[in-house]
Amino acid sequence: MDALTLHRLHFAFTIIFHYLFPQLTMGLALLILVLKTMALRTGNEHYHRAARFWAKIFAVNFVMGVVTGIPMEFQFGTNWSRFSKAAGGVIGQTLAMEGVFSFFLESSFLGVFLFGEKRLSPKAHWFAAFLVFFGSWLSGFFIIATDAWMQHPTGYRMGPDGQISLTSFAALFTNPWLFWQYLHNMIGAVVTGSFVMASVGAFYLLSRTHELYGRTFVRVGVVAGTISAFLMAFPTGDGQGKNVAFHQPVTLAAMEGLFQTEDGAPLALLGQPDLEKHRLDNPLIVPNALSFLTYQRWKAQVRGLDAFPKDRWPDNIPLLYYSYHIMVGLGTIFTGVMALAAFALWRGALYQSRGLLWLLMLMLPFPYIATTAGWITAEAGRQPWLIYGIMRTPAGFSPHVSPGNVLFTLIGFMGIYTVLAILFLFLIRREIEEGPEHAGA
Amino acid sequence: METTWFCLVALMLATYVVLDGFDLGAGVAHLLVARTDEERRAVLRSIGPVWDGNEVWLLAAGGTLFFAFPTLYASSFSGFYLPLMIVLWLLILRGISIEFRNHIESPVWQPLWDAVFAGSSALLAIFFGAALGNVVRGVPLDRAGDFFLPLWTDFAAGPESGILDWYTVLVAIAALLTLTVHGALWLALKNEGALEARARTLAGRAWWGVLAAVIAITLVSFRVQPHLRESFAARPWAYAFPLFALAGLAGMKIMNAAGRAMDAFLCSCAFILGMLTSVAAGLYPYVLPSSTDPALSLTVYNTAAARYGLEVGLIWFIPGMLLTTAYFIYTYRSFAGKA
Repeated sequence: MDALTLHRLHFAFTIIFHYLFPQLTMGLALLILVLKTMALRTGNEHYHRAARFWAKIFAVNFVMGVVTGIPMEFQFGTNWSRFSKAAGGVIGQTLAMEGVFSFFLESSFLGVFLFGEKRLSPKAHWFAAFLVFFGSWLSGFFIIATDAWMQHPTGYRMGPDGQISLTSFAALFTNPWLFWQYLHNMIGAVVTGSFVMASVGAFYLLSRTHELYGRTFVRVGVVAGTISAFLMAFPTGDGQGKNVAFHQPVTLAAMEGLFQTEDGAPLALLGQPDLEKHRLDNPLIVPNALSFLTYQRWKAQVRGLDAFPKDRWPDNIPLLYYSYHIMVGLGTIFTGVMALAAFALWRGALYQSRGLLWLLMLMLPFPYIATTAGWITAEAGRQPWLIYGIMRTPAGFSPHVSPGNVLFTLIGFMGIYTVLAILFLFLIRREIEEGPEHAGA
Repeated sequence: METTWFCLVALMLATYVVLDGFDLGAGVAHLLVARTDEERRAVLRSIGPVWDGNEVWLLAAGGTLFFAFPTLYASSFSGFYLPLMIVLWLLILRGISIEFRNHIESPVWQPLWDAVFAGSSALLAIFFGAALGNVVRGVPLDRAGDFFLPLWTDFAAGPESGILDWYTVLVAIAALLTLTVHGALWLALKNEGALEARARTLAGRAWWGVLAAVIAITLVSFRVQPHLRESFAARPWAYAFPLFALAGLAGMKIMNAAGRAMDAFLCSCAFILGMLTSVAAGLYPYVLPSSTDPALSLTVYNTAAARYGLEVGLIWFIPGMLLTTAYFIYTYRSFAGKA
């Protein structure tokens, strides 16, 4: 394999593995805050215990996120040195701000939150939980600001030597890409957190252990999950889709498998892009729907791949097309499942309907898959650019790091992350088995 | 402006070494001073609430280096590719060993993580020391300001050497010993009884090693990196930094012998701070000297980001650091006293 492919796989593998953990911590941080608020309002020890149980799950996830997160920052320098050299003056700002403003906050108050409940008043402990939530969501904000700049660069100037320098600090944070991408991503984290909570609750109810907690977890998970699953589609998914349509129209065409420009473009629900014949095989389409979703007019023209020169096409169109369709398909299923569960909850029937509980429990892996597919859509959609429109991906990697060295460290990360994954699942299974009763004061 | 950021990044890195240094050192001392399961739990309790926050200084310093000196960040991180990756793996293993050890009560589970914790802590101290040695010695930079170093070649401390040669290994040993003492002094401060006594003894003994290493390094560094001599000759006030380090070194021994744990630990902080600021002052304006042609060296001027970015950076950096200082004072006060 050539150096470029290896560097890309290296980043892709480590970032996909890494983001399995922060998506849960960011979502759970909000849900733990909800449980802490219920505890504070009712004074009921039940909610304190529930919060403590999830704090333990949170802590294990948080450590995984931290240890797999450090390699992400380092890799900009180690594997993408030409990119870092050119753009460090811009993206270094947001990355450094993440360290200074969110990591210190999170790490300091996570210690206080986890170890300090006995020393603090309930209100002070609630506030520690709030700061952990705030820190983790702020962290997400700076990371999305960094990615948004790579997707849609703003506030910069390109020097004669290819050096990119910042000209407007404000433009980094008023980037139109940032707003929808941030909300879409954070609500995605809440979807993951909600499904995990509901799934554990459903498991308790089905296995007839810790049933009181099971009910709380299912209730909180389903309510938060219903709200977040719908917000995922509208307005955040819609807003993010329009970002792509207006700023990366060729990406939109590739995501949708639209090879030819059409007035009244159809929305493809299923089908396989055929890059030889430039068409979608076995298509199942909704006529005119893509035009309507993009421009609110049924007959609006949507540019297909044929409207763009081939050297601007994303370099892996099938991957982009499938990951986008997996994300949207799963997102649609999530709204359906949550709406059903919320209806049953409202009718007071959810805790007894074993079918629905089974469904909720088995949904566990799917938000992770949807989030991962969503991120593959964003990043494969950015190709062939590293910084959209300014720097192509092959121009960014470290010139002096040989493919042999990259393969060595890629294998190393695969080995270590396999061990981490096994340990993580083992410990989480134990926590779930022990249950909230053991989460003493 | 470049110089301001040089000082700030150097200060952040020094803070990282002082803070994460004591929990790394506690890891090195772990198996040496803690014998029973209860004692080992006490070691982990001594660093439990703070180690993660300490490690964040590495990330924050890395991020700040990235934005203020992007060329240096890109060149050094890609040039030190392998050792940095190994450092990452060690940080991963160490992080999970601290957090996962006490999840399961088992004579198989806990000793395993104790060994991982101690081993990864020691190797990290060695790698960080070797990194410092490389920055002082210089690396074979090309015209584009890039280089690539293998882990080792001939150990000769010349332009053909890898990351490890006799000089960088010497610095690595000094770092290991320094952090051992630093960590042992922290454990003595946070614990009681047999554990405290053993930690004090370890600090007292390893101190002699630190003394020998410091003398050796001081003698050879001026030969390995002639720029140090020029720097101190041009800015004699910079001698204040090594003097500060020396005072700390002497203070550590005296205070530890007197049983004043807090003062001994603070002296150790002063020693580390003094040594690192001496290196920074000695290298300035270089940030990564060339081992082949001094004209190819990376300096604060040819690696810094554009001026606007550096200026706007100061506006958020200063309040950010004030907040951070407040968090740290709060956290350390909440967990003050014996663990």
